[in-house]
Amino acid sequence: MTERELWTVLHGMVFGAIFLLAFAGGFAGLWSLKPELITSAGIGERMKRLVIGMWTMAIMAWLTVISGTYIVYPWYRAGDPGSPRSLLLANADTKAWHTFGMEWKEHVGWFAPVLATAAAFIVTYYGPRLAEKNQLRKAALVLLTIAFLAAAVAGSFGAFLNKVAPIR
Amino acid sequence: MNTQTDFAKSDGVAGAAVLASAIGVFITGSLTTLAEISGSLKTALAWSGAVGPLTGKSGVGVIVWLVVWPILHAVWRDKEVNFDALYIVSLVLIALGWLLTFPPVFEAFSG
Repeated sequence: MTERELWTVLHGMVFGAIFLLAFAGGFAGLWSLKPELITSAGIGERMKRLVIGMWTMAIMAWLTVISGTYIVYPWYRAGDPGSPRSLLLANADTKAWHTFGMEWKEHVGWFAPVLATAAAFIVTYYGPRLAEKNQLRKAALVLLTIAFLAAAVAGSFGAFLNKVAPIR
Repeated sequence: MNTQTDFAKSDGVAGAAVLASAIGVFITGSLTTLAEISGSLKTALAWSGAVGPLTGKSGVGVIVWLVVWPILHAVWRDKEVNFDALYIVSLVLIALGWLLTFPPVFEAFSG
């Protein structure tokens, strides 16, 4: 495995995948954080886990976009004819992978860490009180879900792009 | 809209976090489309030759978010705000930001 392949794996299959996989736990934790569903002792018990999970997601999202933008992306968009971008644009059949897939992925992916950080902050700041503040809990849930959708778009296109024109 | 409250944890803190993140998203989306309209803006946003204008588009969005958030937090931390209104405005900004990063949309403005 080359250094470039290793960074591509770290970017997508480690940082990005951890974020996407952790979403289900964060979503379930926030969804069920209601006084009618769990006892006050239960809320306290799961709060610490939820806070750790939310910040893990936020940190993974930051690591994903920073490693993707500043380490992997320059290799992708290098000007030489052998770069993945050049290869995709040179063929009419593969051009859209760049003009649609990469162009969307590289921008929308940056939404994930910002929104996940805001959601993690809300969960941390309000703590167990969030169970009684239904509007705020729902807002954190929606921000986390939008962050997940942004990461899912970026991650899906990243996986396909690396199949069609791998970074080596 | 804002009234002083005795709550230890007012809704203002959440309102600041939600709105600031939405503004950051909207700025990144806006710059994605504006960079297609203006070649000089695209050049100005290329803070790194290797990465290109993505550095500036994402960088300005993140910087604005990080500047706006503490300001709104300081202003609203002890206040009860109209969270529903802030939340709706935030969702609209996020939707617009998302739309403005969608290639068929920003390519429609490409010169």
